[in-house]
Amino acid sequence: MNSGETVIKTANLTKQFGDFVAVNQISFEVYKGEIFGFLGANGAGKTTAMRMLCGLSIPSSGNATVAGFDIYRQPEQIKRQIGYMSQKFSLYEDLTVKENIHFFGGIYGLDNQELKTKSDALIAQLGLQSEAKTLVRELPLGWKQKLAFSVSVLHKPKIVFLDEPTGGVDPVTRRQFWTLIYEAASNGITVFVTTHYMDEAEYCNRVSIMVDGSIEALGTPQELKTQLNETTMDGVFYQLARGAKREA
Amino acid sequence: MEQFIAFVKKEFYHVLRDRRTLFILFGMPLAQILIFGFALTNEVKNARIAVFDQAKDEASQQLISRITASGYFEIQEDVMDNSLMEDAFKSGKIKLAIIFPRHFENDLFHQHHAQIQVIADASDPNTATTLTSYISSIIQDYQAELAGGAAVMPYQIIPEIRMLYNPQLKGAPNFVPGVMALVLMLVSVMMTAISIVREKETGTMEVLLVSPFKPTWVILSKAVPYLILSLVNVLTILLMSVYVLDLPIAGSWVLLLAESTLFIITCLTLGIFISIKTKSQQVAMLISLMGMLLPTIMFSGFMFPIENMPLPLQLISNVVPAKWFYIIIKSIMIKGLGFEGIWKETLILIMITLFFFLLSLRSFKIRLE
Amino acid sequence: MVEHSASGAGSSKKSLNMIAVNHISKTYNGGAVKAVNDVSFTVDRGELFGLIGPDGAGKSSIFRMLTTLLLPDSGTATVNGYNIVTNYQQIRSSVGYMPGRFSLYQDLSIEENLHFFATLFNTTVEENYHLIADIYVQIAPFKKRRAGKLSGGMKQKLALCCALIHKPTVLFLDEPTTGVDPVSRKEFWEMLGRLKRQGITIVVSTPYMDEASLCDRIALIQQGKILSVDTPQQIIAAYPDQLYAVKAADMLRLVQILPTFRPSVNSYLFGEYIHVDALDINGDGLKDDLIRFLDAEGFKGIEVIPISPTIEDCFIKMLTS
Repeated sequence: MNSGETVIKTANLTKQFGDFVAVNQISFEVYKGEIFGFLGANGAGKTTAMRMLCGLSIPSSGNATVAGFDIYRQPEQIKRQIGYMSQKFSLYEDLTVKENIHFFGGIYGLDNQELKTKSDALIAQLGLQSEAKTLVRELPLGWKQKLAFSVSVLHKPKIVFLDEPTGGVDPVTRRQFWTLIYEAASNGITVFVTTHYMDEAEYCNRVSIMVDGSIEALGTPQELKTQLNETTMDGVFYQLARGAKREA
Repeated sequence: MEQFIAFVKKEFYHVLRDRRTLFILFGMPLAQILIFGFALTNEVKNARIAVFDQAKDEASQQLISRITASGYFEIQEDVMDNSLMEDAFKSGKIKLAIIFPRHFENDLFHQHHAQIQVIADASDPNTATTLTSYISSIIQDYQAELAGGAAVMPYQIIPEIRMLYNPQLKGAPNFVPGVMALVLMLVSVMMTAISIVREKETGTMEVLLVSPFKPTWVILSKAVPYLILSLVNVLTILLMSVYVLDLPIAGSWVLLLAESTLFIITCLTLGIFISIKTKSQQVAMLISLMGMLLPTIMFSGFMFPIENMPLPLQLISNVVPAKWFYIIIKSIMIKGLGFEGIWKETLILIMITLFFFLLSLRSFKIRLE
Repeated sequence: MVEHSASGAGSSKKSLNMIAVNHISKTYNGGAVKAVNDVSFTVDRGELFGLIGPDGAGKSSIFRMLTTLLLPDSGTATVNGYNIVTNYQQIRSSVGYMPGRFSLYQDLSIEENLHFFATLFNTTVEENYHLIADIYVQIAPFKKRRAGKLSGGMKQKLALCCALIHKPTVLFLDEPTTGVDPVSRKEFWEMLGRLKRQGITIVVSTPYMDEASLCDRIALIQQGKILSVDTPQQIIAAYPDQLYAVKAADMLRLVQILPTFRPSVNSYLFGEYIHVDALDINGDGLKDDLIRFLDAEGFKGIEVIPISPTIEDCFIKMLTS
């Protein structure tokens, strides 16, 4: 799954708002097909960092490439190579399942033929055949989130950014969601995910933990547990984030 | 009572800390008064006029040369007779026409008084009044000159002024009551509605409901700050019209303020009613703008004379509170009428207010929908 | 606040239960959406009671009915002896409520928010300061800052202070920890523990299963239905089967292979392990079978450990059976 090809590379990436350093010189690499957990307390700077990587926000200093494109000069190319899904915004509630798939596929430039085959395949895969013409707002949250994820990888992006994709979802659906993530990763899509569920940190190939704008730890879950002498990721996170100066 | 005061205090914090609200509250009336005021006091230069000199004597020529020399007017030479004049007015080629009677000089020096006809296009009432007043003062100067410094004018020229198209001169000093109605609609209806609906949107309404503070008091204490702010607005507009625009108030200040307070309360009940019926700030704003502000502009008589409208629209205008307020304020400010002259309109406003108050009370829910 | 003490409430109304919910149901859109479906439970005085379930399970609807904001379609409920429909005014003046979204005035400062809510409830910050003291000191250095400029954790603390300032008999907290990071969540639960020791009954809802064990008793809820009400220990003890935690070098393949082991075996990811629920088959025979099976499939570093379930396991069990 890990071919060693680097798809995200940052070097001293920094974002400052006035005196406030939201993201402080972070440097890391993410490899193709990897599930990369991007953890941190509220206010640690995760969202800001993610925005820069998606080409939505210009860094104050430092460098980064995403899918081989420079985040300063080629944000438009980056946007074509990535998928994005967040807990808050993912699908249009007042469009049907099918309309959402067609709309999002369409804006990523899939042609009609592709759209047709892909949307049928997707609906079948999620077992939504009888719900294809249902408004998204009437679906249970878990289904919505699964659908939103599938839509975000419909155009086969190199990287998909997931911002707390499983918040509030029931434990069974949450696990089905992760099965989808595994499938995407085994198809070579790099998954960059934030979560507040520490058991989900274990499902990642590698995990970084941000504290006060800096990356305090980075490694496989096993490495981090050994390094900090903890038995669970919960313990690892608590040990690192407890020392945060920034008010959470 | 303490709860009530704390609530009102909080409401003031909201208003004072939101620049957009502040701007609408105080910038709007100022801007409107200045814009209208500017249009009103704007000096007219090189207005095209026609002179129809049937006398063609020395006196008429002297007066015409003075008019030309003033710099305010530009005489259109080709409009020289009655029939041409009407066309010229209609096409907007001239704004004003002066007609000298056949024996002007003779009348003036032998009968000691002569008449001049001054016809103005009053479809633009501001310009029409300005132009006629210029003509009048030029004529007065000429008279004074003929008198040679005597206290009693030996020779009188009487300008007979006719306003075409809009004989009652709708507009000019009438915009202040109009602006007042508009601003109060905006502040009292829209701001109140939005501020209540905002609490629903942010979820604070839930906490307020789950408190010993009675829900109806929540609504009432929302109204008080906007009542005060609206009164400040009314005072600002009135003071500006008196001191900046030199538009005196003919009637009683007390009556004027009392009637304004009544109209503000009407607006507040409307705002509260909207806020009870809507769930989002956007909808509240849309309804306030489309349902309240638009009819105010259309049907208050401020922009468009109601008596020129087709009957169905005239009937609709009767349910627009701003129409009655507009009549009341105009009567007090311009005509100087007392309460006996406006009690009917006042009664209608009170009825409308009561209607919406009771409707609000009925549809108000002490729980979430 | 005195009128809500024991004498004021009337001894006849004073039951052992602080909250008693009797078969309440709530539907929306004219019955199309069943938000709460025949729910019953009781909460004792001084108890820390948790409503545990995912989004859309009906937790907020239950909270809103108990705080008199919604009327149930059917069923009855009492809070501190007061009926939620007929005695809503008494309930409103004696409970504290923190809705899902932190309902603060964003343009008022910490101090102003707190004073406003205190006055609203006819009390002063000074009168009940002891209740909020150890939470408030953490945000006091920023008391002039507007609530809108606060971070999530600080907003949460301020909202809690505002809900507590009138010394409520019951505190209703609707998903206070949703979207909050694990460290802040832990701190928040420590605060709840201290409040409980001061004698306040607390009803809290959360989608995080790991928070269940911090409650005295919990109700597991899904799609408007209560799956189980008991102490976390009892719920775990009632788990019918033996559970195993399984691990091997290639976890991804393990997830895919395990369902083919036996049709009666349910398996799912759980942190670094995969939990295998042996359903009705007990005893160590299964463990040996499983190890043999995985060996034969060529897995390396196989671990199979019998474990006791967590609340999340119990919840999954209830959802899948």
